[in-house]
Order: sequence, then structure tokens, then C-alpha cells
Amino acid sequence: MNQLEEIVTEVGPEPVLEPVFDPLASVRKKVNACIQCGTCTGSCPNAFAMDLTPRQLWYNVLMGEKETIFHSKTFSLCSVCYYCTLRCPRGLPLTEAMSELKQIAVKENPDLYKLSIRFYQNFLESVRRHGRVREMEFMTLFFLSMMNPFLPLKFTWLGMRLMAKGKVSPEIPSKGRGAFEALFRKVEELEKN
Amino acid sequence: MKYLYYPGCSLEGTAREYDFSTRAFMQEVGVELLEIKDWTCCGASAAEAISPLLSLALPACVLAMAEAMDGAEDILVPCSACYLNLKKVEEKSRKDADLLGRINTVLKEEDLHLSGQLNVRHLLDVMATDVGPEKIVTRLKNPLVGMSIAPYYGCQALRPYVVFDDPETPTSMEPIIKATGASIHQWDMGGKCCGAAHMSTKQDVALELVAAILKEAKGADAIVTVCPMCQMNLEAYQGKINSMMNEDLSIAILYLPQLLGLSIGLSEQDLHLSDNLSNLDAFRQKLQ
Repeated sequence: MNQLEEIVTEVGPEPVLEPVFDPLASVRKKVNACIQCGTCTGSCPNAFAMDLTPRQLWYNVLMGEKETIFHSKTFSLCSVCYYCTLRCPRGLPLTEAMSELKQIAVKENPDLYKLSIRFYQNFLESVRRHGRVREMEFMTLFFLSMMNPFLPLKFTWLGMRLMAKGKVSPEIPSKGRGAFEALFRKVEELEKN
Repeated sequence: MKYLYYPGCSLEGTAREYDFSTRAFMQEVGVELLEIKDWTCCGASAAEAISPLLSLALPACVLAMAEAMDGAEDILVPCSACYLNLKKVEEKSRKDADLLGRINTVLKEEDLHLSGQLNVRHLLDVMATDVGPEKIVTRLKNPLVGMSIAPYYGCQALRPYVVFDDPETPTSMEPIIKATGASIHQWDMGGKCCGAAHMSTKQDVALELVAAILKEAKGADAIVTVCPMCQMNLEAYQGKINSMMNEDLSIAILYLPQLLGLSIGLSEQDLHLSDNLSNLDAFRQKLQ
């Protein structure tokens, strides 16, 4: 992923180009042809809960407003339903762009998105250890990492109902045989650049 | 008819009645399922939020393992999230040789290789297109006459890959539901989002979405689903939603193979109806 863009720092007979590291460059490429029609906002089931609507978010991406974007709730409210992608009159890969913003957010402002990030990371930790998700294990890791004693209580009722029906087995987090350790390491290595 | 079968993590745990009912129904209509040996997690929606390469590598492992099985050309996938993840790899790897190369570099670490020859099929696609209503009609034992069923498709089986149904106004469930003798509850919510993972991380938002769906289903005897996430979101929070909306929106939620299985004479035990979290009392009464 080439995130180096060249910007003009001096105009004149010989403009000087300087490379600038811009994490939004790849996202901007995806939405460059956006005409701000608002179809995405009109299609989004979660728009009602967002501070910036999808349309406004794409505008901010085009304008490079990193601070605004990574302090907003918008992309973390995307439930990946693909309505916007389906309907965009420009055929832009909007859902993918949202996912990319989530990936960048993990690095840019981890505190604001702590809940979601920890949820996903612990899910993947369970996969890394066992090859499959052990739902009880992953939820336990999630609660531990959030260090909020009230959080587990939100899930108690559902958890008990599921256990009563034998649909979730209580398992102590175990290191497992590192089922996917090699794969995860390789991905980390390749994505470092 | 033979298919490679990828249940996915949910069908081992919280959605096990979906697994049992799918296997029971398929066996009854003469379809053979070959479970992929030692299958692994597709990454669900977690990988995509953290790492683009991981979100492709994990499902690619599954496809590579399926290829190694060499038993059929199609992989049958009941879970919509698994389906979309696998389909994404199928589509992208066929169009982008460089990406396929990158994926195989990662897969090599697990002694796997993807060539991309298998077709990924959603359970509903197989049921509607390959199995079809005739196989149900000829085996009908308990016609569900008088039952009104609301078909709920969710998002990821329909979008963004338009394969077997309209992505906005889906109807693929209708012929097979009608084959059971039941009628279709007409509504617009079939393809509208259930809130997905928001139910765990942003519950107030997801509850609004589910409330809107349950409200439109009023009058139906049941909603049928084809995705473990949708099923959970629609059935596990009805009490909360009733309080929130100050209205009784309780309704039976069943997996599609459970409904179809009942009509062709499979028992409630075969279909693991007792595992469903929603209240099935009114539905059961109507079955008599």
C-alpha cells in the first residue's frame, strides 16, 4: 500500500515535489470520484446514530481532515451491510473504504475505539491460538482486557441462557497449540511495510 | 448432489441448531455434505477491522483446505459472514493474480496453497436453486397451511455479490416456503440490516434496527433466517425491545431449514427446536 504522496511545496518555473506520509491516501483513492450525492447516507441503516453522515465523512476524506475523521463515530458504526456500495452511482467501494478507516483507526486513535478494537483483537487472539473461535474464551479475554467490572454484567443474561441450552461451553483461556501462529506472524511481517 | 460443507465457528456453538437442521434437511432430500477436514475460522468481521491481508488469508485457508478434499466443486456455506468472506477471496483471487500470489505467500506458512477452482455457495442459494420447491412438495408430510412466514435474508448473503437473488428486494425464499403450504408475510424488511456485531459493541443502535424489523413482522407467525448473527439478534433481545418500544413484538424466529424440515416430517428433536432462544409456544400451537 503506497501511502507516500508527492505535494508541491513551491510553485514556479521548477515546482519542488516532496514526499509526504499520508495514511488517508489509499482511502482517498477509493472515493476520489465521489460527487457528494448523499445516496450512501440515505441508504445507511446506522446513519441516524452517526455524528458525521457517510457523505460528510467522504468529504472529510477528500479534504484530508484526519483529526475530524478519527474523532468521529461514523466508520465504527458501519455494520458492513453493503447498501451504500450497491447503490453508489459512481460504483465506489464505500464499505471497503470504511473498513480501511477502521484499520487505520487502530493505529491513529486507539483509545476512542477501545471497545471495538479490543473486541476484534481478542476474537482474533482466540483464532490465533486454536484455529477456531472459542466464544467463551474470547469473551473472557475481552472482559479482562477492558478492565471494566461492569462490562461482563451486560452479557450475563444472554450468556446464562446460552449456557443453559448447552450452546456455549465454559472454557478457561488456554494457550492452545498456537494453531495459526505461523500465519499470523507472516501477515504481521508483510504488513509492516 | 454433493457439496463440500463449511459450518463455521458459530454453527459449532451458539448456532448449533442451524448446523443440525441443515444436515438433517439435506440428508432427507438426498443431498450429501462433506465437511471440510479440520476447517478453521473465516475471520468473521473481526479480521476486516484490523488487517486487510488477514481478512483474506483466513478464508483463503479454508478454500485451500477444501480444494485439498477433492470431493465436489461447490462449497456449501450456511453462515452469511463466512459465505461473504470466502466469496470475497474467490472473486478477488480470480481477478487479481498479484493478490493471489500474496495470499499464497501467507498460506505457505501453513503448508497450504489456493488455486481458486471451487465455487462458494450460500445455503439459501443451494436450497432455492439446486434443491428447489419440488423436492419439498413430493416429501410433504405436515403442510404448514395457515402459517404466515416472514422471510429474512439479512445483508451479506445478498450484497455486494449479486448471485442468486435481488440485492434489495429478495424473493428466493418464497417458492420453497410456499412449497410447505405456508404463505409469505409481505414486507420490505427482508434485506435490511439486523445490526450485526453492533449488538455487542453498540447495543442501543442495534436494538433500534431490530425493533424496526420486528415491528414490520407483526402479524406473521414466524420470521425465518439464514444467518446465525441475524438469528441471534432477532431472537435474543425481544424482551428488551418490548420494554423499549412499549409494545409486544415477540415472535418466533426459526432457521429456514428448521421450518422446511418440519414440513417434510422431521421431528422437533432432529431440528433442535429446543435450542432456539425465541419463544416458540405460539408457533408450536399453530403447528397442531
